[in-house]
Amino acid sequence: MVNKLLNFFEQLGSGFRARLIKLGAGTRLFFLIIIYSADSFKRIHLTIKEIYFTGVLSLVIIVVSAFFVGMVLGLQGYYTLEKYGSSEAIGVLVALALVRELGPVVTALLFAGRAGTAITAEIGLMKATEQLSAMEMMAVSPVARIIAPRFWAGMISMPILATIFSMVGILGGYVIAVIVIGVDEGAFWSQMQANVDFHNDIVDGAVKSIVFGFACTMIALFEGLDAPPTAEGVSRATTRTVVISSLAVLGLDFVLTSFMFV
Amino acid sequence: MKKNLVSIEKLSFDYGKESLHKDINMEFARGKVSAIMGGSGCGKTTILKLIGGQLVPKSGKVVVDDAVVHEQDRSGIFNLRRKMGMLFQHGALFTDLSVFENVAFPMREHTNLPESIIKDLVLLKLNAVGLRGAHKKMPAELSGGMARRVALARAIALDPDIIMYDEPFAGLDPISMAVICDLIRTLNDALGATSIIVTHDVAETFSFADYVYFLADGVVAAEGSPKELLASKLPFVKQFIHSEKDGPVPFHTDAPSYKSDLGL
Repeated sequence: MVNKLLNFFEQLGSGFRARLIKLGAGTRLFFLIIIYSADSFKRIHLTIKEIYFTGVLSLVIIVVSAFFVGMVLGLQGYYTLEKYGSSEAIGVLVALALVRELGPVVTALLFAGRAGTAITAEIGLMKATEQLSAMEMMAVSPVARIIAPRFWAGMISMPILATIFSMVGILGGYVIAVIVIGVDEGAFWSQMQANVDFHNDIVDGAVKSIVFGFACTMIALFEGLDAPPTAEGVSRATTRTVVISSLAVLGLDFVLTSFMFV
Repeated sequence: MKKNLVSIEKLSFDYGKESLHKDINMEFARGKVSAIMGGSGCGKTTILKLIGGQLVPKSGKVVVDDAVVHEQDRSGIFNLRRKMGMLFQHGALFTDLSVFENVAFPMREHTNLPESIIKDLVLLKLNAVGLRGAHKKMPAELSGGMARRVALARAIALDPDIIMYDEPFAGLDPISMAVICDLIRTLNDALGATSIIVTHDVAETFSFADYVYFLADGVVAAEGSPKELLASKLPFVKQFIHSEKDGPVPFHTDAPSYKSDLGL
């Protein structure tokens, strides 16, 4: 009995310690990225190439999802608002929901699933096939050459993708509310213009997307580097990227919302 | 100029609990091809990583060109590595770059040579390994032997003083093996380099190496020229060279008695 209890505490402690060490290693990686960023910007084409992979190639999934999310918001919003006779406010509802919440959050979740997993798998395999070691042995820092460009690409792509998500979502809401259901077009846009605040809504939404971009990219990079160099290790790391990123995004979203909008 | 380009003095190293090397001494003479041999898992590759500064010894030191490797800061280690070329076990080519770009990689990173000169140099290096014709291919399109030759061209891209080979023969067909053997010797002599090979292929290594170290149980079990080792009476060396099943290296790993494991 005592042994079981001791075992329990030992496992609790070692699990906590292992996570703490990972957090430390992740922080160290972040500072290394900052230190090597100057080096990596000397070869700016590397960052641009990564922006293409993480940003431009994510556009299709972002645009399509955003359009559907916007249409659903239009339908659901109209259903509720109509009960109170304020269906003209549908434009505000769609815009605020997207700019403040769904834009950054859904984009981050899709980003973790599409770009994050790709980053983890690629870096994990590079490690498993000794490509990172080979680079080190050629006196080239993998942080400057591989990690930093991907980090900055994620940081730059994520806010832009979130903005595009919100824009396309509003368009989806417009299609349902105005074109399909027949809400007055003037009211749709003018209410949105009057009630969406630049500082409180748009800037705060952008801040969220930057924070999520940082979290998702760092988690993907760290999991890739941390992956054991085996097929199983890489596959587990890829799964962890999605799970941890998603939880981090949702948790951070709650924290940020509490600070920003209350 | 010192005779030895690389020397390992009283080196001990371990991964966690089990000690891998105990007080090892080795000297790698300038301009010679030296081999480190031993069974799988005896820490041969680790020695290359210690020379390259990727690992830090527990005690003792590795001296490369009069500099103690693990006492260097990062830029010092990078400066030392610029004198080294390393061929990894499976080549470790960058899979997102073509053969040409792989060989050009160290040149682009460490020199400001104009594109025309880089092109000439890359083709020169690829010609040396017989793969000039494959410069447009991607690594995935190459056979194992070809990939290793490209990696070799990349390792010698900046004409290193030291070339290290990690299991250069593993998994190769006899023809590729003979080609790599020949390349190691000719490149070493043509570049005036010092080569260190980690391998367990006796016949190939003995055909061209100048000096051989045998590692076993964390210590240098035997050393000498291939001729001396062939004449050696040491039981371990005899077992290894003649690939005998029975000898000081047992077939079974440490285990409790067979009876108790079977519950008899």
